[in-house]
Amino acid sequence: MTDATKYLSHLELGEPDKTFLDSNELIINMGPQHPATHGVLRVILKLDGEKVLGTECVIGYLHRGVEKIAEHRTYTMFNPYVDRMDYVAAVSNGLGYCEAVEKLLNIEAPPRANYIRVILTELNRLASHQLWLGTHALDIGAMTPLFYTFRDREEILKIFEKYCGARLTTHAFRIGGCLYETYDGFERDVKKFIDSAPSKIDEYEELLTTNRIWVERTKGVGTISAKDCIALGVTGPVLRASGVKWDLRKAQPYAAYRDFDFEIPIGESGDTYDRYLVRMQEMRQSLRILEQAVGKIPEGPIMAKVPKVMKPPVGEIYHSIEAPKGELGYFIVSDGSTQPYRVRVRPPSFVNLQALDIMVRGQLVADVIAVIGTLDIVLGEVDR
Amino acid sequence: MTPVATTFFFYFLAAVTVISGLLVITQRNAVHSALALILSLLGQAALYLMLYAPFVAGVQIILYAGGIMVLFLFVIMLVSIEQQQKEEQFNKLWVVGVLAAVALGGLFVGVYVKGKALFSGPVLPFSEPSNTQQIAVLLYGNYMFAFEIASLLLLVAIIGAVVMAKKRI
Amino acid sequence: MLDYITSYLSDTVKVTPGQVGNVFWIVVYIFIVFGGVSVAVIAMNWLERKALAHFQIRLGPMRVGPHGLLQPIADALKLFTKEDIIPSAADKLVFWIAPLIILCASFTTYIVVPFGPTHAITDLNIGILFMLGVSSLSVLGVVMAGWASNSHYPLIGALRSSAQMVSYEIAMGLAVVSAVLMTSLNAAGTGTLSMIGIVRAQQAQHVWFLFKFFPLGLIAFVIFAIAMIAETNRAPFDLPEAESELTAGFHTEYSGLRWSLFMLGEYAAMIAVSSIAVTLWLGGWMRPFPNALTGDTWDAVFSLFPGLTFLGLAAICFVGVARMPKHPYFRVQTIGLAGFGAVLGLIGLVLFAPPVRDRIQDIYWFVAKVGVFMYLYIWYRATFPRYRFDQLMKVGWKVLLPIALGVLIATAVWGVLV
Repeated sequence: MTDATKYLSHLELGEPDKTFLDSNELIINMGPQHPATHGVLRVILKLDGEKVLGTECVIGYLHRGVEKIAEHRTYTMFNPYVDRMDYVAAVSNGLGYCEAVEKLLNIEAPPRANYIRVILTELNRLASHQLWLGTHALDIGAMTPLFYTFRDREEILKIFEKYCGARLTTHAFRIGGCLYETYDGFERDVKKFIDSAPSKIDEYEELLTTNRIWVERTKGVGTISAKDCIALGVTGPVLRASGVKWDLRKAQPYAAYRDFDFEIPIGESGDTYDRYLVRMQEMRQSLRILEQAVGKIPEGPIMAKVPKVMKPPVGEIYHSIEAPKGELGYFIVSDGSTQPYRVRVRPPSFVNLQALDIMVRGQLVADVIAVIGTLDIVLGEVDR
Repeated sequence: MTPVATTFFFYFLAAVTVISGLLVITQRNAVHSALALILSLLGQAALYLMLYAPFVAGVQIILYAGGIMVLFLFVIMLVSIEQQQKEEQFNKLWVVGVLAAVALGGLFVGVYVKGKALFSGPVLPFSEPSNTQQIAVLLYGNYMFAFEIASLLLLVAIIGAVVMAKKRI
Repeated sequence: MLDYITSYLSDTVKVTPGQVGNVFWIVVYIFIVFGGVSVAVIAMNWLERKALAHFQIRLGPMRVGPHGLLQPIADALKLFTKEDIIPSAADKLVFWIAPLIILCASFTTYIVVPFGPTHAITDLNIGILFMLGVSSLSVLGVVMAGWASNSHYPLIGALRSSAQMVSYEIAMGLAVVSAVLMTSLNAAGTGTLSMIGIVRAQQAQHVWFLFKFFPLGLIAFVIFAIAMIAETNRAPFDLPEAESELTAGFHTEYSGLRWSLFMLGEYAAMIAVSSIAVTLWLGGWMRPFPNALTGDTWDAVFSLFPGLTFLGLAAICFVGVARMPKHPYFRVQTIGLAGFGAVLGLIGLVLFAPPVRDRIQDIYWFVAKVGVFMYLYIWYRATFPRYRFDQLMKVGWKVLLPIALGVLIATAVWGVLV
């Protein structure tokens, strides 16, 4: 058996026929280098003509041993590493890690820090969804939304750069709060962005939502039921589009989310079109949160009282937040020393990627690419 | 339309048609044979033009060269990828083939020589600009029945092909 | 000899050189038309990159020549000098012939394209049939290109491409037939297949076929407009040649000059089918509003348009010159753009001269209408996502074909009853 068939043994594959076009079943490799797999993802497809019978994802091409590195760094030293996992939504990664360690140390970030955290995280959610929209539309063939979303994402990245000096891997938060005070004009910049953003989102919707080619490419494609989602542990917009109203910002509120009033958009059928609509609505809800937050940032310190040498008590903690891609969880085991005994990251993309097999069974090859796009995976997070 | 250099074009096109016809049967590669057949059909279309039958020439290009030969090429390319190299070029019974071709040729020549008076001379019964109209009048007038039967035959063939291929979709 | 050459120039001749039989002028026209098409393809290449870029909020080529005007020439030079790679297991003869077939098929259709009542290479009396037939020969080129590459993915891409082209040819043909039907609504009761004859029929019936038997003419035009985009493998029907899908398209293994021949053939085919659409439905070389705004004054007003267009383009060039950065590095570009603007302005001024003004009318309006279609092609590419292959075939067979049949029958019934 060839190397590829070894992976697909669970699909009961026979010996592929000799002549290429006579055979019914075909194994095709969407190799690690592919314009549409959003990173180094290898997907082995078993096809019957044009229909997909089964898939196998081969991951690990971006594995950097982040969790192992964590065992040899102090808690503060490990903070910059978490940005590099989901490099598109680095602020969320940092938020989850800092909050997890704060829970372990039993300290609470002051309210002003929480508000700043919420503002930056929601800005990051918008940026992540905009990047998702651009690349997803590009995979399906619409070239123009990519440039529009990247142009609008620039505004957010400029705010990040002014705040903490970095655009993408921001390392914005510290354990116990934020390091940097908001710069002069922070509220003004965010308000300007909030004012201009709704019309931009309307622009994207105008291009795609009622476009019959878009609808035909996405409706009924990659459907997954709520039961399957829960069984596989899929979270995030994928889960919400299948009809389950579950968002950690409302179910287990963290940071300052209790103070804000926003809705959780859900879909009905769990296909690609619903996921698209859910994410567009989420962008609008993020703007709503931002509007509420930026007006009333409380005064006060931005950093809690944190010991200089962090030695958390022996114990373990699991803390999860709602990252743009789903539930991002950190399971930290402390053995009393300055370095954690184990940091296990529960990346949303890794768990969501399992759903790829169910979603593309019976669909055509061109849909595989649309489904990978709609799952919104980032390989840095999948492989860590 | 005043004719220009008729003799030269006739011999040139006749040579193209005949030589590419010979190439069809002598090429080892099936795809090359199909391409030679396309060339032969295009040469025929040009000969139709010279006979002041532009509509037939146009239809020959659309249907034969642009439709049927594409079908031929599809089939050749999809089916015989492996076997084409192993085909034997000429049959062992080539002597019989040559004799049959000579006999047929003699028959054609005999028919032409004996029955030359039956073929009308170079005077056209219909004028060239109305070639399309005249064909339409004949086809939908005198030969309407045959036309309908032929289209019914094609419909049956299409339905049969779809039914046979359906389960592979 | 001289008499033969100048026999076409006399005033009594009112037909194309092909009909007169003057070989010299046929050859001259062939050179002019083919040269014009080549220039149009180069201009289309530049326009596509610039317009697509501006749709996507970026600038496009700016460095090679002022505002990228020399970019297509630089691309052509680069492609000429590239190494000619032929896959070792490929069939050399077929590999070599395939782009030539597409190129020849696309260019041969231009011999009947009517730029004016006497401005065509010839006027076959099966004009439209000839154009459709010869453009269907490019399917052969596509299939051969895919097969000759001797690789699975180009073969699949070629088969898909050719299946798509063949499917949409049917809808195209039916739409064309309903337009040809409309030419027969005259006193003699006979229509015509000749391209010049179709435009003359629109002239005689005082209506563009787009508006005839409203909405039937419009629907037929829309069907043809959609089918012609699928026929030329352009967005949104360009799945066979999209990069982000599995099959990489029939021209994967072609590099350098051969690949540029494919692009040349594709753009030429785009312009050819747009010419068909313009001739059949948009009145060919007739100026806008030939019946609503008649009379000598309106004729004079509309005859100013060619000169005004070129002067407008020259004005845009000079605005660009004014906006160029004032830096020594940009001196050459500024001078180049100013020179280009000056040339355009001179052409505009020449087009104002009365003898030129009368002769250039037909050609100008025809080319302007085809130019609108070219811009639409680029607009579609920027806006629409791609159709999946089965959806594409569904649209061709299950949507366009029945509607085209319906329009054809309705046109025939309306024409007989009214």
